[in-house]
Amino acid sequence: MHDGGKILTGLAAFVVVAALPFWHAAIGGRSVKPEPKIVTQEKQCVASKEVMRATHMDMLNTWRNTVVRQGQRTYLASTGKTVTMSLSNTCMSCHPNKKEFCDTCHTYLAVSPYCWDCHVEPKERT
Amino acid sequence: MEHDRRGFIKIAGVSAIGLAGLSLAGRDGEAGESEPVAAGPRWAMVIDPRKCLKDDGCISCITACHRTHNVPSIPNARHEVKWIWKERFTEAFPDQEAHYIDEALTTRPVLVFCNHCDNPPCVRVCPTQATWRRPDGIVMMDWHRCIGCRYCVAGCPYGSRSFNWEDPRPYLASPDPQFPTRTKGVVEKCTLCEERLDKKQLPACVEACQEKAMLFGDLNDPESEVRKVLRSHFAIRRKPALGTNPAVYYLV
Repeated sequence: MHDGGKILTGLAAFVVVAALPFWHAAIGGRSVKPEPKIVTQEKQCVASKEVMRATHMDMLNTWRNTVVRQGQRTYLASTGKTVTMSLSNTCMSCHPNKKEFCDTCHTYLAVSPYCWDCHVEPKERT
Repeated sequence: MEHDRRGFIKIAGVSAIGLAGLSLAGRDGEAGESEPVAAGPRWAMVIDPRKCLKDDGCISCITACHRTHNVPSIPNARHEVKWIWKERFTEAFPDQEAHYIDEALTTRPVLVFCNHCDNPPCVRVCPTQATWRRPDGIVMMDWHRCIGCRYCVAGCPYGSRSFNWEDPRPYLASPDPQFPTRTKGVVEKCTLCEERLDKKQLPACVEACQEKAMLFGDLNDPESEVRKVLRSHFAIRRKPALGTNPAVYYLV
């Protein structure tokens, strides 16, 4: 093993560079926790905040299939309230601030849902 | 019990006849189940070209439809997207004979859109079931599921389907947020305003027509307006020989 020193140095350098985000965070880089801003006066969404946070994408997927394929438009929320299943017309009527509400987390998590390729974004209100 | 060849053949023969009878009976049962069930509405349209042609230049139905559904107006004719439009009579009804008729009549425009066929070829060829026939007769589209293969465009004998060759957004001045736009690579067509029907509203084109040249109604209801009109008038449909059984009727 003639080049052992070089190899080990290279490996060490790689580990340091690969772990840069961790070093950065440890040395005082701050991780910005996304805080989606809720602007609605409504007290309750169609489910609790925790449920919505974790499973809104599944709910939206179920909604779109139910509306488009079965022609059912009314959703009975866990609160007993009924709402029309519509992203643009129901969700966005309470959350017209797409940039502060949707995009904050989606950008942080590097997910890019393609809802807005077709569905029309509401005029931004904060 | 003794078994001889003669006895065995007798039993085998009787069993074979019995089995054949059973399988025939089974097939009858299946045929009975697949009969169309006349429960619920079967939506249809009746167009009165005489009323429609009162004002040749009128496009209020087309404007209303395209505004309601965010249909772009793309200047490049090869990229055109349309849900409802006007076609020359001879092109809309190529199998209608029109001997000795005034040339002017054959070039008069006919209002055409998706026929919402009973036997839609577009549905048969769609590989992803992005388009299907609802029990109420509407040939519906799921734009989430369309992969843009354009089999349906080729399959539709009426040219009712348009493909988005480019992003339609730049061609929409102010898209209505009530209804989605489409995206590049998706096929679209008339959905008979199923979203408005759910709100007990008439299709946008029917509502917009000042001449009341378009009638919308339920073919399964003998007392509906469309059935009354079809009872008392001769009506033609586009390319009936293809067996697609369109739900759009044109009074003659």
